[in-house]
Amino acid sequence: MLTQEKLNFLKDKAKEIRQEIIIMITRAASGHVGGSMSAVEILVSLYHHIMKHDSQNPKWTERDRFIMGKGHATPVYYAVLADCGYIPKEDLLGFRRPGSYLQGHPKQYTEKGIEVSTGTLGLSLSTTCGMALSAKLKGEKQNYFCLCGDGEIQEGQIWEAAMFANKYKLNNIIAFVDRNYMQSDGYSEDIMPLDPLEPKWEAFGWEVFSIDGHDFEQIINTVEKAMLSDKPVMIVARTIKGKGVSFMENDNTWHGSPPNLETAMRALGELV
Amino acid sequence: MKNIEDIHIVPVIPSPPSSEFGAEQTKKGFADGLIELGKLLPNVVVIDTDVAKATRSADFQKIYPERHFNTGVAEQNMLSVAAGMSIEGFIPFATSFGMFIATRGGDQLRNSICYPKANVKVAATHCGISTGGDGASHQINEDIAICRSFPNLTVIVPGDYEEAKQATIAAAYFKGPVYLRYGRDTYPIVPEIHGKFEIGKSRTIREGTDCTIFTTGIMVSEGIKASDMLKEKGISARVVHLPTVKPLDNEVVIKAAQETKFLVTVEEHSIIGGLGEAIAGVTAEHHPTRVYRIGINDVFGQSGQSQELLDLYGLRAINIVEKVLEVTKLQGY
Repeated sequence: MLTQEKLNFLKDKAKEIRQEIIIMITRAASGHVGGSMSAVEILVSLYHHIMKHDSQNPKWTERDRFIMGKGHATPVYYAVLADCGYIPKEDLLGFRRPGSYLQGHPKQYTEKGIEVSTGTLGLSLSTTCGMALSAKLKGEKQNYFCLCGDGEIQEGQIWEAAMFANKYKLNNIIAFVDRNYMQSDGYSEDIMPLDPLEPKWEAFGWEVFSIDGHDFEQIINTVEKAMLSDKPVMIVARTIKGKGVSFMENDNTWHGSPPNLETAMRALGELV
Repeated sequence: MKNIEDIHIVPVIPSPPSSEFGAEQTKKGFADGLIELGKLLPNVVVIDTDVAKATRSADFQKIYPERHFNTGVAEQNMLSVAAGMSIEGFIPFATSFGMFIATRGGDQLRNSICYPKANVKVAATHCGISTGGDGASHQINEDIAICRSFPNLTVIVPGDYEEAKQATIAAAYFKGPVYLRYGRDTYPIVPEIHGKFEIGKSRTIREGTDCTIFTTGIMVSEGIKASDMLKEKGISARVVHLPTVKPLDNEVVIKAAQETKFLVTVEEHSIIGGLGEAIAGVTAEHHPTRVYRIGINDVFGQSGQSQELLDLYGLRAINIVEKVLEVTKLQGY
C-alpha cells in the first residue's frame, strides 16, 4: 500500500525525471522524447518503490533486474539511474556524445546499473528469459522486469520469447508494454494493429493485467499481485506518448525529434 | 504401374573417399567436446533450436538433460536467451545450423552477444557447401564473412574431428563471444593438426619455399595432399592451417609472404570475406604479394552429395595443384 506521502514523493520524482528528459535531449540535440515521457511512472515506480536494488552495490546478486526493451527511451532510463545514484549526474552531459557510455540505446554497464544492451527492438524479452531461466536454475528469488514498447512487440522475436517464458514457467518475469498506441510512423493501430492485445498474451500462457500506466497506485498494486503469479506476467500499461507536456502529448513529431531551446523552455515551463 | 526395377538409386559416394586415418564428423567433435565440458565446467549449458539430433547437441542432452534447453524453431530467441544466461554466469553454447545463426540471427549475434562481449559460444553446424542435399538455402558460404566483421567475435573453423573437439573445449575456457564453425559430413582425420588447441595460433604442417597454401576448416586435408602432389613435380609448397580466422595469426602470414613467392588460400566458403580476403588484407598492408583465393566463387550452391559438391565446386587438392602450376607458369617463377 502506498501512503499519501510516498505518492507525493513519486509524483515529484516523475516531474523531475521529465525535466531531465527534456534537458538531456535538448542538450544532445538528439533523442526520443515521446516514448521516454510515456514510461516515466513505470520506471519511477520500479526504481523508487518496487525493486530491491542498491546503487552502492550494483552487482548485488539478489537485486531485482530491469531490462529496457524500448532502448530508444534511454533518457528516462538514464535520468532514473542518475537519480538513484548509479550514474553521476554530470555524466548525463555526455548523453549521445562521443566518449560517453551513455549511448543513444543502452550499452551494458552493470556498474552503472545498465543491465543489458538493448535497442534493436525485440531482443529484450529473450534476454530477460535467459536471465530469468538462469535465476531459476540457480535457485535465486529476484524478479526480472522488462519494459517493451508497443511498437517493439510487433517484432516476431518477442513472440518467440513469449512461448519460451511459458514453456519454462518463468514466473519471475514481470514485463510491461508501454501501450502509448504510437510508434515511429504514427498510430500503432494504423501501422500494424495490436489490439486485442491482452488475449494475445493470455493465449501465449501469460497472466495479463491491464492498467493506467501513469497511475502509481495501479502500477504498484498490480506488480504486487504479479509477484504472486505462477505464470510470467505482462502488464499492459496504457500511456500517453509525450505525457506531461501538453503540446507533446499524442503528437508524433516528438517521437524522435529533439526540441530546440525555445520549445524546451516552454516544455519545462509546464513541468514545474 | 511402375516396376521397382525402374527406380535407379543414386550410388552413395563414401565420405570422405579415402583416408588412412579414417574420417569423422566435425560436429561429433563438437558434441564430444561438450560432453567433456559437462564434466569440467558445471556452468556450461547448451541451447538448441529443434535441431539437437542434427547438431548432435542431443549427445550432451542424453548425459546432462537438465543443462540442455530447446527454444523450438526460434534461432533469434536462442541467441538472446544465451546472452541473458551468460549475464547470469552460465557459459551457454547456442547451437543451430550456420544458416540460421549468421543470417537470420545476425542482429541477435551482433547486438545481444558481440556488442556487450557476452560470454556465449555460438556453435554453427551444417556450414559450407558440403551440407549437401538440402541445397543452396541451407549451405551457408557467407558466415565467416559476416562473423569476421563483427567486433569482439572470435571465429574458429576446425579442420577435423579432434581439432573440433579441442576447439570446443578451448572456446569454453576463453572469455568472450566465439563463433565455432562445423560441417555436417564426415571429413578426413588429420593427425598433423592434433594437440593443444590455442585460439589465434596457426599450424605450419608442411615447410616450403616456393609458395604457401593457407587452409582453414576441412580444407586442411586437401592442402596437405596438394603440397605432397606438388613436391613430386618439384614445387615446394608450404602448408599453413589457420583454424582461427579471427584473430588471424598475422605473424605467420607475413612471414610466408616474405619467404615464399605467392600465396594460395583454400576455404569451404565464399572467396568474398573469408580466409582469403583476411590474408590478402594483412599482406596488402605488410608485404604485398600475390594471393590466389580458392573457395566458392560468389555463387549459390545446389543439392548433391557432400563429396561430389566438393568436387564440383573445385575444393580439392587437384584444384590447388592446378592453380599453383598455372601461377608458377604464368608468373615465370
